[in-house]
Amino acid sequence: MTETGPFRLPRGGRLIDRAYPLPFRFDGRQMRGVAGDTIASALLANGQLMMGRSFKYHRPRGPIASGVEEPNALLGLGQAGRFEPNQRATTTPLIGGMVTTSQNCWPSLNADIGAVNNWLYRFFPAGFYYKTFIHPRAFWKHVFEPVIRRSAGLGKAPTEADPDKYEQAYAHVDVVVVGGGIAGLAAARDAAREGKSVWLVEQTPHFGGRTPTDHADGQSHVDALVAELQGMQNVTLRRSTQATGLYDHGYLLARESLADHDPNAGIPRQRLWRIRAGHVIVATGALERPLSFAGNDVPGVMLASAVRDYINDYGVAPGRRIVVVANNDDAYRTALVALEAGLEVPAVIDARNSVEGALPAAVRARGVRVLTGSAIAGIKGGHSVEAVKICAHSGSGDVTETVDADCVAMSGGWSPVVHLWSHCGGKLNWDDAQAMFAPDPNRPPTGADGKAMASCAGAAAGDLLVAGLTGAQAEAAIMPVWVMPQQATRKMKFKMWLDFQNDVKVSDVELAAQEGYHSVEHTKRYTTLGMATDQGKVSNINGLAVLSNALNQPIPATGTTTFRPPYTPLTLGTIAAEARGELFQPLRKTPMHGWHEARSAFFEPVGHWRRPYCYPKAGESHADAVAREVRAVRASVGTLDASTLGKIIVKGPDAGKFLDMIYTGMMSTLPVGKCRYGLICNENGFLIDDGVAARLSEDTWLVHTTTGGAERIHGHMEDWLQCEWWDWKVWTANVTEQWAQIAVVGPKARVLLERLGGMDLSAEALPFMGWAEGEIAGIPARVYRISFSGELSFEVAVPANRGLELWEKLHEAGKDLSVTPYGTEAMHIMRAEKGFIMIGDETDGTVIPQDLGLGWAVSKKKADFIGKRAQERSHMTDPERWKLVGLESVDGRVLPDGVYAVDEGVNANGQRKTQGRVTSTYMSPTLNRPIAMGLVRHGPDRMGEVLEFPVAGQESYKARIVDPVFYDKEGSRANG
Amino acid sequence: MAEALARISQVQDWGMIQIRADLERAGDAIAGAAGLTVPGRGRVTSDGSRKLGWMSPDELLLVLPLSEMAGTLTALRDALSTEHALVLDVSDMRAVFRIHGARARQVLMKLCPTDLSSMPEDGLRRTRAAQVACGIWREPEGYVLIGFRSVADYLRNLLTTAAAPGTQLDPR
Amino acid sequence: MLILTCPYCGISAEETELQPGGEAHLKRVGPGSSDTEFESYLFARKNPKGVHFERWRHAYGCGKWFLAARDTATLQVFGTYSAQTPHPTDEIVAAIRVHRPDWQPDWDSAPAAASSASNPAAISGETSAESPKA
Ligand SMILES: [Zn+2]
Repeated sequence: MTETGPFRLPRGGRLIDRAYPLPFRFDGRQMRGVAGDTIASALLANGQLMMGRSFKYHRPRGPIASGVEEPNALLGLGQAGRFEPNQRATTTPLIGGMVTTSQNCWPSLNADIGAVNNWLYRFFPAGFYYKTFIHPRAFWKHVFEPVIRRSAGLGKAPTEADPDKYEQAYAHVDVVVVGGGIAGLAAARDAAREGKSVWLVEQTPHFGGRTPTDHADGQSHVDALVAELQGMQNVTLRRSTQATGLYDHGYLLARESLADHDPNAGIPRQRLWRIRAGHVIVATGALERPLSFAGNDVPGVMLASAVRDYINDYGVAPGRRIVVVANNDDAYRTALVALEAGLEVPAVIDARNSVEGALPAAVRARGVRVLTGSAIAGIKGGHSVEAVKICAHSGSGDVTETVDADCVAMSGGWSPVVHLWSHCGGKLNWDDAQAMFAPDPNRPPTGADGKAMASCAGAAAGDLLVAGLTGAQAEAAIMPVWVMPQQATRKMKFKMWLDFQNDVKVSDVELAAQEGYHSVEHTKRYTTLGMATDQGKVSNINGLAVLSNALNQPIPATGTTTFRPPYTPLTLGTIAAEARGELFQPLRKTPMHGWHEARSAFFEPVGHWRRPYCYPKAGESHADAVAREVRAVRASVGTLDASTLGKIIVKGPDAGKFLDMIYTGMMSTLPVGKCRYGLICNENGFLIDDGVAARLSEDTWLVHTTTGGAERIHGHMEDWLQCEWWDWKVWTANVTEQWAQIAVVGPKARVLLERLGGMDLSAEALPFMGWAEGEIAGIPARVYRISFSGELSFEVAVPANRGLELWEKLHEAGKDLSVTPYGTEAMHIMRAEKGFIMIGDETDGTVIPQDLGLGWAVSKKKADFIGKRAQERSHMTDPERWKLVGLESVDGRVLPDGVYAVDEGVNANGQRKTQGRVTSTYMSPTLNRPIAMGLVRHGPDRMGEVLEFPVAGQESYKARIVDPVFYDKEGSRANG
Repeated sequence: MAEALARISQVQDWGMIQIRADLERAGDAIAGAAGLTVPGRGRVTSDGSRKLGWMSPDELLLVLPLSEMAGTLTALRDALSTEHALVLDVSDMRAVFRIHGARARQVLMKLCPTDLSSMPEDGLRRTRAAQVACGIWREPEGYVLIGFRSVADYLRNLLTTAAAPGTQLDPR
Repeated sequence: MLILTCPYCGISAEETELQPGGEAHLKRVGPGSSDTEFESYLFARKNPKGVHFERWRHAYGCGKWFLAARDTATLQVFGTYSAQTPHPTDEIVAAIRVHRPDWQPDWDSAPAAASSASNPAAISGETSAESPKA
């Protein structure tokens, strides 16, 4: 027994370094591997053949493959935040101290209770889920659903945040070669010799692919090519980099593993490359297919290529007595590798009647029996292979002989890996001679120029031997074998697995065909064939061949299912990359943000901005803070950080004409020095923004938008200027962030500002709805006499870099006035007390100005403006439209936001009819009673009516329709 | 600990003037007032302390020492008084970062979907850095990135993260 | 993910730097139009499999709107051109015909007068991408 496990061979293993043993744990047991092992090779070396259970029947499963196509050996890796389910043991490098756990089993891998499903397979046929949804409902609820729920989901989700870092990077490359096997290496060299920039990405940590294992002198051929490429300045070689998908216009995604092997390296674990490739060369090789014989899923039955990989690459014996079963010459390589390693090969079972190639001859020369025209009738053993039952391939499974064995190496031939080729539309041809789908070079995926954006090389192109590079000798023809033996009984087909992970068998696909599922896409969904996490890499071709046979049609008539990215799963971490935590999204901050933070402001998101909602004092609730802020403003003076309001300069000889089209009202007649409230609609007539515009000079206006509207409205203006009225002379500029804007509001607002010294802010010099330019506290300022609160109000704009200075001076100078910073909620309440609408509260994209009593702001004189024609449509002029009213709670309770007022009767769906809804609702600190606004069917005509607002689980709310202006109806306060 | 890919620093003392005009008609007037020749499409002209960048077919950005702002604003407005033009001080609405060091480009490769290797020495590229808009030009020691003031913290964090020690993009 | 070349700055921008704007060459009708005309302008959109003309804005770039001729099925781009044109230009038509000889323009092939008032219009309120334009 060797130090690293009983199945480690005494010598060999080109990828491992026996000098570095690595301890690890599997299901709590201590084991040892060596550097260079995958988890699968290390487990096999320790004699741990069984690595998991299947999804549906909880069948015991070992690995069948040695690479990305592995469907069975999926493990939970790591602990806590680093726990990850469904990790492929065959591709994950072993790390010292790693903790691994098997999945889909309870209470343990060996004694799994769910395996009872295995005995119920007759009750879980293809389409079980669909059929059971239809069948007796009670049966579903009490019998099937509990069973399914318990077994639902593959693996477990991690419960803690991922502590690792991830990143993305962009690359722009002339030619990307995917696959670092011999064909990819040669293709990269050829492209590089033409002077192009070339990337070669290889999914494993090693170049060469199968060549070093499968071909004489393979390693030296590979080494020579790698050395040549390393010497070329225009070539970039990236190992451990998995191309996962090829998308439109040469967009290729590839995941580079950086610290998968060392989570504590302090660098990103993985990097997602977003590559723009001029051309992609798909050199992704081929994958071996299993054979469909009864018992082909018993642990110990593996792909022939995987058996020789474990021996050759890792120095691990998958078994001591290995039976090879095949329909082609290539599998004989496995027999030779096994013999070379000192393992027994009691027989090679070949479905072909005539076996005369060079490789079989070499095997026979070693004294191995080659049983031609033969097949496997069944496997003896449940948790592992004990013996192989042999029969004639042409028959129905009568056992002629039983051979003791602990491993079966199977080969049903090879399929080119065409995923990347197919992701973006490359088409395939069926190659009868090699029994496989191969890329059709005449129907490639095309790019922006209409030309091929990808081509294939080597085995991926259908040249399985790549003889031109490997020097391999020709091999005898394959014989397609889709079911073994040919006349297999129904009972045998119940034990022939196609999709190992999802437990789809030959019998399921035949049943689907029998039930009328003739399209391969339908059969896939009905049976779940190829829908597991391995995406059917080993099952697809076998499955569609079985379907074709059942439908009595040739394979090309059936076709393949659609190949969809990703080729192998991407971690969510690489997709999110840096966009998590602080960098999840850009937070926009005003010049006074730090001051707000230091005063423990409670922030609310408004677009990407963060605005103070209120400034709670120690021990104060948010509601109390908001009420205090409202009262302070109405009683004395408060300050609001209004820097986020959109500010757009509109300048030019045609600016007035243009603004008359943008606004529903007239802006061209606004005198210089004055402000005017305006509404902006879209071409559908719906209100999209509102705000105050100021005329700065003869040809220049400043347009204020809502906080969320700055970029949107600026884009709206540019759209119309560039695409409709491009001959109008107008410039626009979004200068929102150039200015800090502070609303100084309340009866003492002027007193406070005058204390800072500077410009004349008297009612004479600066009347309501005027603006003036000057200095305040030595800071250049533009002051707008506009009010959103109903109070005396000055909006002071200063250069952003001086905003904090002014804000602090206001608070210093206004201490004795109890100057109070107030947030967005106090602002909202004060505007609602005044009956002012709020975009997004009173509007929802279906509301026109006329609905809101804002008809006065819609010009009747103008021949045209954006939205005018739409507002003339019959539905817009319907007197029954829901219109803005005030709502007064009848019982003193605050109406819930968004609740609907019911009407008599029911609609066509049997639901209660509605006649209005609440759009804004608050407890007014000024009036000490609830106030609300809402949209009600011709509401302004129904003053005094009481509406009912039912709320589930509560007594219905009742409210009276009233005027929406609750406070200072005459508007005298703002005019002070 | 390995070194960061680049040094990230914020520039605070640059003034910026946005100029909108018909560049064909007003090019000479702008050049005269700005003291720099008008750049070609996608380029920047420079005299050491000032830069004039092409932002769009009808927009230029003049970058200059803050102390020269007031005079230059007046000069530009005077020079363009007979044109349909817009001259604006946009100094306060920008955040400017320098990304200096041997691997400065790699920092931007992580954030911008742009082929930086094809950008000429005197190029100016407007693009995005992760989720925000930006403009990029070169300096002898690396790159300058300008973005919006409100997302200065986001940009600094983004650039610093992308430049973290040990995260170089060189093949391993 | 598409790459389109902005005709204004000559930059090949990828889709994440662009903002889509729907069908190009809509003719705006306003007050005085019939309900049918207005409905057609506001709501009726082509949905061809094949050659299509569409609006894109170089949002993370120069901020200009431009037009693209593209095959909606193969995603081949025949060309991009100025938004200030009432119909696809002769060059664009020629570029399409090279690859799609059977394709026919569906507009009156009268010479496109640069001063024509018919041109692409916007259905507004959909723009959200931030522009670095200041
Ligand atoms: Zn552009």
